Amino acid sequence: MLDSILFILSTTLMYSAPLIFAAIGGVLSENTGVVNIGLEGMMAFGAFVGAATTSLCGNPWIGLGAAGMAGLLLALLHAWASIHMAANQVVSGIAINFLGTGLSVFACRILFEGSTMTPPIPLENKIPPLFFGQYATVYLALGLVFFTHIFLYKTIWGPRWRAVGEHPKAAESVGINVYQIRYLAVLASGFCAGLGGASLSIAVVSSFRPTLIAGQGFIALAAVIFGRWRPMGAMWAALLFGASQALVVFVGGQAAIEISSQILSMLPYLLTLLILVFMNKKSAAPKANGISYQRN
Amino acid sequence: MSEVIVELKNITKRFGSFLANDNLSLSIKKGEIHALLGENGAGKSTLMNILYGLVSPTSGEIFLHGKKVEIKNSLQAISLGIGMVHQHFMLIETFTVTENIVLGRETSRYGLLLDLPQAEHAIQKISAEFGPAVNPRAKISEISVGMQQRVEIIKALYHQAEILILDEPTAVLTPLEIEEFGKIIKRLSSLGKTIIIITHKLKEIKALADRCTIICKGKLVDTVEVAQTSEQELAYKMVGRKVEFKFNKTPPSSQKKILSLQNIVALNKRGLPALQNLSIELYTGEILGIAGIDGNGQSELAEILTGLRAIESGKIEKNGEDITNKSPANLFLKKISSIPEDRQKRGLVLDFSVAENMILQTHHLPPFSRLGFLQKDQIEKHALQLIERFDVRPPQADGLTSALSGGNQQKVIIARELSHDPDILIAVQPTRGLDVGAIEYVHRALIALRSQGKAILLISLELDEIINLSDKIAVIFDGKIVANMDALDADEKKIGLLMAGGSLHA
Ligand SMILES: Nc1ncnc2c1ncn2[C@@H]1O[C@H](COP(=O)(O)OP(=O)(O)OP(=O)(O)O)[C@@H](O)[C@H]1O
Ligand SMILES: [Mg+2]
Repeated sequence: MLDSILFILSTTLMYSAPLIFAAIGGVLSENTGVVNIGLEGMMAFGAFVGAATTSLCGNPWIGLGAAGMAGLLLALLHAWASIHMAANQVVSGIAINFLGTGLSVFACRILFEGSTMTPPIPLENKIPPLFFGQYATVYLALGLVFFTHIFLYKTIWGPRWRAVGEHPKAAESVGINVYQIRYLAVLASGFCAGLGGASLSIAVVSSFRPTLIAGQGFIALAAVIFGRWRPMGAMWAALLFGASQALVVFVGGQAAIEISSQILSMLPYLLTLLILVFMNKKSAAPKANGISYQRN
Repeated sequence: MSEVIVELKNITKRFGSFLANDNLSLSIKKGEIHALLGENGAGKSTLMNILYGLVSPTSGEIFLHGKKVEIKNSLQAISLGIGMVHQHFMLIETFTVTENIVLGRETSRYGLLLDLPQAEHAIQKISAEFGPAVNPRAKISEISVGMQQRVEIIKALYHQAEILILDEPTAVLTPLEIEEFGKIIKRLSSLGKTIIIITHKLKEIKALADRCTIICKGKLVDTVEVAQTSEQELAYKMVGRKVEFKFNKTPPSSQKKILSLQNIVALNKRGLPALQNLSIELYTGEILGIAGIDGNGQSELAEILTGLRAIESGKIEKNGEDITNKSPANLFLKKISSIPEDRQKRGLVLDFSVAENMILQTHHLPPFSRLGFLQKDQIEKHALQLIERFDVRPPQADGLTSALSGGNQQKVIIARELSHDPDILIAVQPTRGLDVGAIEYVHRALIALRSQGKAILLISLELDEIINLSDKIAVIFDGKIVANMDALDADEKKIGLLMAGGSLHA
């Protein structure tokens, strides 16, 4: 019994880490008023670049860094389109999703002899476990939550970022550069999503494959909303979604319970849907979220 | 008091092909209170936004203390000692007073961590100098509009403004708050601050300003010494014709009860009682004015009559037919129209064109729609007719409503609502933010509607407006009607006392 609980707890943490990274990315970007639906694509690209880099150079930390940069690169595109060119943020995000997934598979085929999977990374080259057998990325993710919380609510920059998301014109009227902050936030968001992707491809599993991300970016987005756009809230939401994934793994491994694995693996998505449907609609969303800003 | 502190030279600003400021020059003396007067859309806010760095001029120069300066953004304006309180407040509702005031100039420890208590102290000190204190920890969404304005002023002072621009500061204030505000301005002026104030209220200009610059359609008309001019003359200069401040009405003709509210109980948006056993009767051919201090149930009264708020108990009848808690669409069909209190939130879809806003309620009816398709020509024709009749500027049907000046947005609403030929019009603050010419226009329109035998419920915070227009006056206090009177017997003092909850028989 205790074993089962421990198993579920530790699997929860493992599966939550990628979601937490991406959700924090979402929190950062949406708190400045830029919707980032492209989290999914950024995660995918990060997962691929992370796995490819690690398998080519043998160092997971370099892989992780490269994954972050990969997410950031896509984010730059999103920022340019939606902030600079004032394009519709949702449309731009959807484009990023196609691009991120497509680009990953495309580059994978070129680099690895036509395979859509990166070669498996040997155990010693994966992100190592730190305490209690949990991967270092888990602690990194939790650390990121803490850091983001401090940043948004305790430093002098936090209110400026949030002001840009609530009322950009008011922010500008006290001399805050709306464009600059939105750019920074979207780039940071891409970096986090990239880390999230890699924390899946070089820690939880040991290679990239096209179905690896499979909606995780969207679940992270749901975690942002469920977490009411706050880092701590998003973390708890991500943990809940992670727990549902862990439960799937746990139940799947029990001989005594027989449920079709396809139905089981729907659980996290169903949960996401249900939570969003029944969530308190009195929204805590930043007021200018999703609205592009143009000065005169 | 003669040194020129700000000089704007040949400022021109185009929005697309539209000329909002046309070669405007203006000089402000140190320590003076300088008023800017002009019709809605004349370009006053634009000009001041240029001085504050929020809008970049197409051409022109700015001099400060005789030195030429480039003001590319508000940060520069602030560091040059310019502060501005905007027509639509620049406050973040979810932040506290302190967070709003220090935004962009936060007090910190190690230059990194927010230190709000330190700022709170400074804020309390500034606010103590100017009338009632603000609570630095209150959220903006929880304080009154008057308080919000005080926060805006404190914000500018906290940023160490020497030149304070106030864009229609009193448009949203209650008479008491306006009095308080006047004192604050005088006090700031005596401390050596230079004040530029945009206002449509001639009385205020007379009471506060030293000089006044009049702008018409983006061009400079004149700068005058206020002491040597009259309200009539200012109005004349501004609109280029004589403006009527008072109207003579014929006595109401056919008097028939059309609307009755019986013992209405309703809650406000926080779930607290807002209307407590309120009863009103409205007759055809009359204007019933509801006088009261903001927050005594006026908003809720308007909302229950337009279907936006359900009542807890009581009964609403139109011509004897029960219309309690009907939907807005239903009430529209019963020919009840309304001019809402907040034109940007309730009256208009700002991202729609003017033409589209003109058919918000009727878009699905012929001639605007046939077989489910919108008829563009008809919609545009309809809009252009209304634009001409109500003098909306610029006269473009396909322009975005958000680009109109506040006054012109209001004209769009009034044009639309009157075009529905209502039996009953609920007019809430119908002239808020309008220039004297436009006010005269709206007042004429309301009186014309009344003369056609229609009924008007006028809810306004402007006591002058109520007394001027109404046939009967009801005073609302704490969600109840505390007095009914004939407008002929009304006097300002008496109503003011009742509005504050006083009693005449005490
Ligand atoms: N961003 C914009 N794009 C296009 N036109 C604009 C824009 N901002 C203002 N205008 C136009 O410029 C004109 C001047 O506007 P402004 O807000 O300066 O008027 P105002 O004198 O302050 O009027 P009010 O008394 O109603 O506030 C208006 O006709 C308005 O429609
Ligand atoms: Mg204006």
